[in-house]
Amino acid sequence: MTHTAPELMSFEEALERFDPAMGLEVHVELNSATKMFCGCPASFGGEPNTQTCPTCLGLPGSMPVVNSKAVESAIRIGLALNCSIADWCRFARKNYFYPDMPKNFQTSQYDEPIAFDGWTDVEIVGEEGPETFRVEIERAHMEEDTGKSLHVGGSTGRIHGADYSLVDYNRAGIPLIEIVTRPIMGARHNAPAVARAYVAHLRELLLGLGVSDVRMEQGSLRCDVNLSLAPAGSGQLGTRTETKNVNSLRSVERAARYEISRQAAILASGGSILQETRHWHEDTGVTTSGREKSDAEDYRYFPEPDLVPVAPSREWVEELRAALPEPPRERRARLQADWGFSDLEMRDTVGAGALPLVAETIAAGASPQAARKWWLSELARRANEQGTELSALPITPAAVARIQALVDEGAINDKLARQVFDGVLAGEGTPEEVVAARGLAVVSDEGALGDAVDRAIKANPDVADKIRDGKVAAAGALIGAVMKEMRGQADAGRVRELILERLS
Amino acid sequence: MSTPTSVPLIQRSAARLAEALAAGETTSVELTRLFLDRIDAVDSSVHAFLHVDAEGALDAAAASDERRASGELRSALDGVPVAVKDVLTTEGLPTTCGSKILEGWLPPYDATVVTRLKDAGLPILGKTNMDEFAMGSSTEHSAYGPTRNPWALDRIPGGSGGGSAAAVAAFMAPLAIGTDTGGSIRQPGAVTGTVGVKPTYGGVSRYGLVAMANSLDQAGPVTRTVLDAALLHEVIGGHDVMDSTSIDQPVPPVEQSAREGAIGDLDGVRVGVVTELGGEGYQPGVQERFDQAVELLVKAGAEIVQVTCPNFVHALAAYYLVMPSEASSNLARFDAMRYGLRVLPEGVEAPSAEEVMRVTRDAGFGDEVKRRIILGTYALSSGYYDAYYGQAQKVRTLISRDFERAFEQADVLVSPTAPTTAFKLGEKLDDPLAMYLNDVATIPANLAGVPGISVPAGLAEEDGLPVGVQILAPALADDRLYRVGAALEALLERQWGGPLIDPDKLDKELAR
Ligand SMILES: [Zn+2]
Repeated sequence: MTHTAPELMSFEEALERFDPAMGLEVHVELNSATKMFCGCPASFGGEPNTQTCPTCLGLPGSMPVVNSKAVESAIRIGLALNCSIADWCRFARKNYFYPDMPKNFQTSQYDEPIAFDGWTDVEIVGEEGPETFRVEIERAHMEEDTGKSLHVGGSTGRIHGADYSLVDYNRAGIPLIEIVTRPIMGARHNAPAVARAYVAHLRELLLGLGVSDVRMEQGSLRCDVNLSLAPAGSGQLGTRTETKNVNSLRSVERAARYEISRQAAILASGGSILQETRHWHEDTGVTTSGREKSDAEDYRYFPEPDLVPVAPSREWVEELRAALPEPPRERRARLQADWGFSDLEMRDTVGAGALPLVAETIAAGASPQAARKWWLSELARRANEQGTELSALPITPAAVARIQALVDEGAINDKLARQVFDGVLAGEGTPEEVVAARGLAVVSDEGALGDAVDRAIKANPDVADKIRDGKVAAAGALIGAVMKEMRGQADAGRVRELILERLS
Repeated sequence: MSTPTSVPLIQRSAARLAEALAAGETTSVELTRLFLDRIDAVDSSVHAFLHVDAEGALDAAAASDERRASGELRSALDGVPVAVKDVLTTEGLPTTCGSKILEGWLPPYDATVVTRLKDAGLPILGKTNMDEFAMGSSTEHSAYGPTRNPWALDRIPGGSGGGSAAAVAAFMAPLAIGTDTGGSIRQPGAVTGTVGVKPTYGGVSRYGLVAMANSLDQAGPVTRTVLDAALLHEVIGGHDVMDSTSIDQPVPPVEQSAREGAIGDLDGVRVGVVTELGGEGYQPGVQERFDQAVELLVKAGAEIVQVTCPNFVHALAAYYLVMPSEASSNLARFDAMRYGLRVLPEGVEAPSAEEVMRVTRDAGFGDEVKRRIILGTYALSSGYYDAYYGQAQKVRTLISRDFERAFEQADVLVSPTAPTTAFKLGEKLDDPLAMYLNDVATIPANLAGVPGISVPAGLAEEDGLPVGVQILAPALADDRLYRVGAALEALLERQWGGPLIDPDKLDKELAR
């Protein structure tokens, strides 16, 4: 299939002529131990179709049982988004045929969501500095994930044209919360930035709640961007497109920006927007048409008769509300003060998605500056090289804190620490194991060190004389010689002391 | 009371068989063999079973005999064989629901009812025939051929659980499990002269019951005596965490009530006769037996009150919206992708998933199933939902209110179970509406979730075929069914001088 690139209008011109309205639908996979309606593990990965049972395979006769932990998470998410929590709500069946849906209906909430009518404030950097933008939340509801299809052969990676398809039902039935915004209007040229900031904000909020891994690259947080344009100042809503599975923060912003330019070009030339699903292509930075979403698509929703209504008691809801963690903005302000970070340091930390990692590293004993330094320099560089997110690196904040502790103890220095990072990231074990296996420990054997110092003094008599004459700065050359001989594995401070002891 | 040992074992009630086992008169293995032999001998003319598991049943029987020897019995029915309707999953044993689309499927798990039967020590003889996915009132809609009524082989045994009722009526099993969505336990009971109970909705776990209509389905006992039904009810009933709609309460004292009822004293019990469930549209011989049963209840001390349930006239219409709606969604999973039948379209080299689904569903489902899928799909469609499904749910609420008001005036309600005796095979195949009307008296209980029993009431004058009386009680008051049912049974058997089924007459018919 070939896609002819549509004409685009420049973003600036598009916003002079049109007002964008966005609706963001975010699917969050909960990190509950078990699936939404059965006792199977809800963990990521696993050999295909090993984490299944009659219920999540939809076998004849099987029945769902609601995971109360997932309900609790849904309520906490709703509360964190300032939503009202339903006294009584039901699940419904969303009926449609697709091979990755074991029952050919998805058990989801339809017109009775667990949480509704909320809002959340997100921060963007506008033309005049930081701005706060309020995003209204229409609803947050519970549903089950589908299985995962792999379409083999064919050119598109989609079911049509594939030679054959494989389905893994490990994911089928994993609890999902779908968070839907009201149309976001009035953001104008900030619309793409608001979209990105909203998703980043949700991630931080959900992480703070501890309800999800929120890993966009693994699909535990997935975003659909609905976007429409209306003539500038008209206050209307145009026909929208739904761009599916935009799976990184950057892509959220780019996809919104692209759709604004694409739709503007069509509307300006007198065309009309097709109400359709579109696919985002990360590599080429464009969206292409998926299936047309007509009114004919009828999911024949009706209440799930195998489940009883979910009716959280007010006492429980209030208990959960009282136990909510501090909201992200307040928390950030507090942490910044605690850590003594500058505004710029804090913004960089948040922007890199390193806030929770830095926080955990500090909690594990590292100083704030050391934690920030390792994550934003050494580790950020490696994540960048590997094209992955910081959180996806195979190293824990505890390990980072441990490496810093080894530096503080004088067991290694910064240069050796980098090699320890190499080892830990390569899966060679804990920092201590890497130090031992690679022989990275600073040489603290006074005898060996003393011998090396003596050899350096003997080999550089004129430098030694200068030091004897009080030119202490000259010691650098001798230290360098000793460090070279020790292949860097010595504490430079101690070497200096030994030199000065001998030459004073 | 003692049973003359001259009564052959297979003709005795399950309660008597339990006594015979306890007395050492027989063993579970011997008993199980006798029933397997009986199935061999007569099921070729009845076709009550879709699958007989001789090996599994005999293994379970041997285990029961060992337990008995070491005095570790698991229930009052330990060692007494049972047949299970093919709509309940059985691990490693075919479960077809009477449909081609599930041909060859071996479930990897047992329904909770089956687990409880096994845990209680009942050998499972096999799986009984049914209308495809329980859709029908005659068992003619089984993809594996109809079951015949042992009373008259050219007649239907009722449905959808005709296999279970016929197996019990023809002494191929002392006990069977049925499921009742609109009368599928009670109506076959009525037309085969057996006892059938639909417990309170939520009283028996539906886990592993392949759903036709989840909000209506309920599994229950199929037996020849009210006491047997109570004993079986005690085994299968009670809360199950695997079924969210199951009631977290103890099983009502059904066995005790059946034993008390058998004394025949109904002093002070208020029995409501439902005006809407009788009279016009009911076969005269059916109505006559019903009226005589009511007279007997009066003689036993019951107080008769006439109650009206005006919304019952809408029950059939509401049922034929709710049931197909739920069924259309339940049956969507049969798509050739994971299990069961897979048919590939002819002449298509690389068929798409949709094409395989379409062709398989076309080949795998029978006409009655397709009819209901179409009805349900239509009723749930956007734009029609409120007018059909939504309206039907309102009718359910009104019917529940009718029941509530009626149960203010009466402890139990009574009616004929079915408006007619067993009709002839093929008679209503071309007229689905006429078939649907056969469930007119049983459907209200499903819509409201209340329990009901059908008890044999004698033979209709005009055709000599069995008639059933239905007794209904408020939700969770299943014990009342057993008290009144056992009393009626005792009084009638006193009149008849024994059980309704005459083994000699039966065997003559089966030898035809
Ligand atoms: Zn499962």
